[in-house]
Amino acid sequence: MSETTRWQRVHPLSPIVRGGRATIALAVLLLPTVVRGGDLSGSYLQLALVGALTALGFVSWLVTRWRIDGDDLQIETGVLRRQSLRFPLSQVQAIDIVRPGLARMFRVAELRLRMGGASGATARLAYLPEREVEPLRVRLLALARGEQRDEQAETADKPVGERVLTTVPTGRLVASILISDVGLAAEAVVAGLIVTALLAPAAATGVVSGGAVWIVSTLTLVWRRFNQEYRLTVAEGPDGLHVRSGLVALTAETIRPGRVQAVRMVEPLLWRLLGWCRLEVDLAGRQRAKGEGEAERRALRAVLPVGSRSLAGELLDRIVPDRPREQSRPPRRARWKSPLRYRMIAWGRTETCVATTSGRLRRVTCWVPLQKVQSLRRVQGPVQRSLHLASVHVDTAGRNLHATLRDRDVTEADRALAELTALAREARRDPSVPP
Amino acid sequence: MLRRLQVAAATLAALVAAVALAVYAGAVAGLACAGAAVVLGLAAERAVRRRFSAWRYAEREDDLLVQRGVLFSRLSVVPYGRMQFIDVTAGPLERSFRLATVRMHTAAAASDARIPGLDREEAARLRDRLAELGEAQAAGL
Repeated sequence: MSETTRWQRVHPLSPIVRGGRATIALAVLLLPTVVRGGDLSGSYLQLALVGALTALGFVSWLVTRWRIDGDDLQIETGVLRRQSLRFPLSQVQAIDIVRPGLARMFRVAELRLRMGGASGATARLAYLPEREVEPLRVRLLALARGEQRDEQAETADKPVGERVLTTVPTGRLVASILISDVGLAAEAVVAGLIVTALLAPAAATGVVSGGAVWIVSTLTLVWRRFNQEYRLTVAEGPDGLHVRSGLVALTAETIRPGRVQAVRMVEPLLWRLLGWCRLEVDLAGRQRAKGEGEAERRALRAVLPVGSRSLAGELLDRIVPDRPREQSRPPRRARWKSPLRYRMIAWGRTETCVATTSGRLRRVTCWVPLQKVQSLRRVQGPVQRSLHLASVHVDTAGRNLHATLRDRDVTEADRALAELTALAREARRDPSVPP
Repeated sequence: MLRRLQVAAATLAALVAAVALAVYAGAVAGLACAGAAVVLGLAAERAVRRRFSAWRYAEREDDLLVQRGVLFSRLSVVPYGRMQFIDVTAGPLERSFRLATVRMHTAAAASDARIPGLDREEAARLRDRLAELGEAQAAGL
């Protein structure tokens, strides 16, 4: 299957889309002059600027090209600092399709290949015509799977036989954001503003101008969350779970089961009253990299922004099939060490998976496949020692997800440490799941 | 050993300062300062000795154990197969006593295990052995 394709260029409109907000700002800046018509004497500077930017964009388009060379994706770019990048397809962790608002206007899309390895680089093909993106993605994924499963690669060329598992209703998403921590903060800000505006209009303008940064950033957070998780659809395909979402910017991701480092379920206080929860997965190869968009910098990928526990359980069955059904509680004296957490703390394990629960007001449950465990730590602080307790930390390659067997009896902690070490060793050697 | 030396040096400096103070400010205050310095120095020396003796490591068949800490005791289990790289560092003070620090890195940011104050030869041996074992048992992410 080692073929070399011709060099290809990205879509000619790419520089405009890449420019994003700058392009819009420029258009707004220029429009009045153009509409007034003919009055070019005063705007030489602006025209020169536009001309220079257009030329720059054209050159950047001209020098960027890509091709598939055997098992590598090769991208060349840059004028002064010429870059030739090679991405071995066998190390691809996931391929995402990202479509920002402007890109959707021009009917183009970006293909993002997330690579494994310590550097965790991301290959970006921005932007390609919309209709070419999906076939290319399927083809790259087939190449990524390699020779050992050729027949599956062929079947993947057909329209993917996926089964939609769930779509998050917009009403529920809005409600869930309104009663989440971010949402409550935004509501407090807005309510405060309205009250000040009613009581003392003069003071309100002062507040708005003084706290503008705060207000804007809070509202942006809420908006971003809504935009990213709008109509999030999870579907089961032959190569893993497909997650699609977005209001203005669309993203489509494929989560391959073997790539999941850990899963966590978050149940905030107010959500628990409604029986809702949020499910997030931690994937490898999503470390920060230069030029990454906001979507990647966010540490965890929500598979289910909001949903019932049974729905979450259904999705969990596909990500971590063998997970502990029951979790054991800590000894009663742990209450003195963690009075707020005590009600939440628990842990359980099977032969291949460890689960821990903790949290003060919100309940956070983590599942870590033992195959993905990097190291184990037993930690005992002074308070724990006096109560004859200890904690065991399970470290994974992810940065933000932390599974901890909190406040267990010392003998139990020691036994758990030994057992988990042995089980993780077995799981690492098990060749049934590819690394 | 290194840290003990640090503490001893600090105590000595405090003592010299106290004696100087005694010469200038009067015998009683100066002597009290010197006494306090000696007591604090001894306490620090004791704490450091405990901390030093609590720091231990064991090479097992499949993983490395590193234990440390007196007040907060930590025991890390780092499988050889998960080690991404190992570095050996020696600061100026460590170098002057022919010591070095070995640090193991895995893909998890939280699990850094380090062993300070090793003899230089022992550090080099450990580094080579860990690299060898890591290569033999390497597992992907």
